[in-house]
Amino acid sequence: MRLGLVIDLDVCVGCHACAIACKEWNASGTIGPLSDYQPYGAEPSGVWFNRIRHYEMDEYPNNKTVNFPMSCMHCEDADCVTVCPTGASYKRPEDGIVLIDQDKCMGCNYCSWACPYGARELDRSSGTMKKCTLCVDRIYDQDLPVEERQPSCVLTCPAHARMFGDFDDPDSAVSRTVRERSGFGLMPELNYNPTNRYLPPRSKPVIPVEPKSKGGLKESIKQFANKLVRR
Amino acid sequence: MHPAFSVIFFTVASGAGFGLFSLLFIADVFKLGGGFSREQLIIGGLMAMGLVVFGLLSSTFHLANPKNAWRAFTRFRTSWLSREGVFAMVFMPLALIYLASIWFDAPLWLRETFGFLTAVLAWITVFSTGMIYACLKTIRQWNTPLVPANYLALGYASGSLLLLLGAVVAELDTTPYIAMSALIISIAAVLKAIYYFWIRSPGLTPTINTATGLTRAKVKLLDTGHTHGTFLTQEFGFQVARQRASLLKIVVFVLGFALPGVMMVWVFDQQGQQMAAIVAVMAGLAGAAVERWLFFAEARHVVNLYHGAQRC
Ligand code: SF4
Ligand code: SF4
Ligand code: SF4
Repeated sequence: MRLGLVIDLDVCVGCHACAIACKEWNASGTIGPLSDYQPYGAEPSGVWFNRIRHYEMDEYPNNKTVNFPMSCMHCEDADCVTVCPTGASYKRPEDGIVLIDQDKCMGCNYCSWACPYGARELDRSSGTMKKCTLCVDRIYDQDLPVEERQPSCVLTCPAHARMFGDFDDPDSAVSRTVRERSGFGLMPELNYNPTNRYLPPRSKPVIPVEPKSKGGLKESIKQFANKLVRR
Repeated sequence: MHPAFSVIFFTVASGAGFGLFSLLFIADVFKLGGGFSREQLIIGGLMAMGLVVFGLLSSTFHLANPKNAWRAFTRFRTSWLSREGVFAMVFMPLALIYLASIWFDAPLWLRETFGFLTAVLAWITVFSTGMIYACLKTIRQWNTPLVPANYLALGYASGSLLLLLGAVVAELDTTPYIAMSALIISIAAVLKAIYYFWIRSPGLTPTINTATGLTRAKVKLLDTGHTHGTFLTQEFGFQVARQRASLLKIVVFVLGFALPGVMMVWVFDQQGQQMAAIVAVMAGLAGAAVERWLFFAEARHVVNLYHGAQRC
């Protein structure tokens, strides 16, 4: 199995609901808490496993806003794991999830240097590295109804911009969608082989705008009157 | 990258320590300038080991959870950080055996075998320190073979200056020590110059387009999505102004390479030898510290692309 996420950049509305849901679930999850520093102070900061950034593609008038959620990509060739000197970071052979053993981590930050996607964040209160667990404590939970055995962020997304599944299975929903929509991985040139895939924004048909007709005498009087009347 | 002072101290001090120890062995084998006495060799060796230990201890200050530091020896097979720790630990007993064989007048083959092994291990350890940085594909300024070369050259340059000071204090003939030091410092200066030249051109690197996969048009950041800084901006956001960096590069060359060179001329001319040697050591170490600071400050991690940098 090779579990991961598909994120639809065409659909994501940038609401940050997945980030909030992620924080909510994981703060009390296996590697919680996700410490906040000065949450109500002047400089609020803290640990998040999922962050949404916002970009603009192309230039006016052809520009388009792209909302961009990012969490751990659970890379196939994850240097974050190989560089870890303590063995705290590991990749599970059975499903490809990359995890950090909180009891072994010494907080050297080295793995965060090796991660190109900014997925790893040090928790300054526990002194250990933390990151997306792919909600490993949800997706196998036999006590949850089957349809809820999915990552918190996926379940929450109001726009259905997120999918979860097995990329090793060519017939899984994620594999099919990636095939049909030409999903891609980020920064392929670094050869980390990220598992998560992003679906590109669709090219939408341009809606033709007709130039306004001049109108007759009646129209000009109406416009003149409109200008006079204060609304 | 944010320059952490504990790491700067660690790499400068341990580099100088490993350099000093290996060069001390060479001075011992060839009896350079008449050769150090038994006591002097022991003191020099212990001082080198002291620098290494001091460096290793200071490196633990940048750990957020040092109680697990002992686990860092367990991933020898994949991690350069782990390898560095293991090699440094193997170095210690070997160095002690070498010093003991000097002290107890052990047979020459034993003394030289262990001296040689220690010197090789010192070399490997400093190489590993450089590889910790050089193996990261995420930082263009580090991902080059020049990095371990620089670490080695600068470590040995600092060590050679310390050894020169030792030779002056021990009142040996300083000529061979000056020659050795001048050679190593020249090599270090040339390598550093190549490095600074090399990292100036970006070459083939990830861009904001490949980072976001939106390669068909210009991409620019609208909003990072966080109110204040995050771990990522604190750790990777650090940037040094180009002008300041250029100025510091001059400082590196003047303090680290030129001034020790001039001081060596003074030592050679027998003018205030001790003072000149001390200034050379101080300048060399200060230059190495500035160089190390700049090494971190100039490194741009690719995660900055997600925070709006067009290329790194
Ligand atoms: S995204 Fe980063 S933390 Fe996650 S597996 Fe890849 S390299 Fe490691
Ligand atoms: S911070 Fe923890 S998980 Fe990361 S490399 Fe260091 S010990 Fe390993
Ligand atoms: S999979 Fe779970 S841990 Fe990862 S981003 Fe989504 S909610 Fe967070």
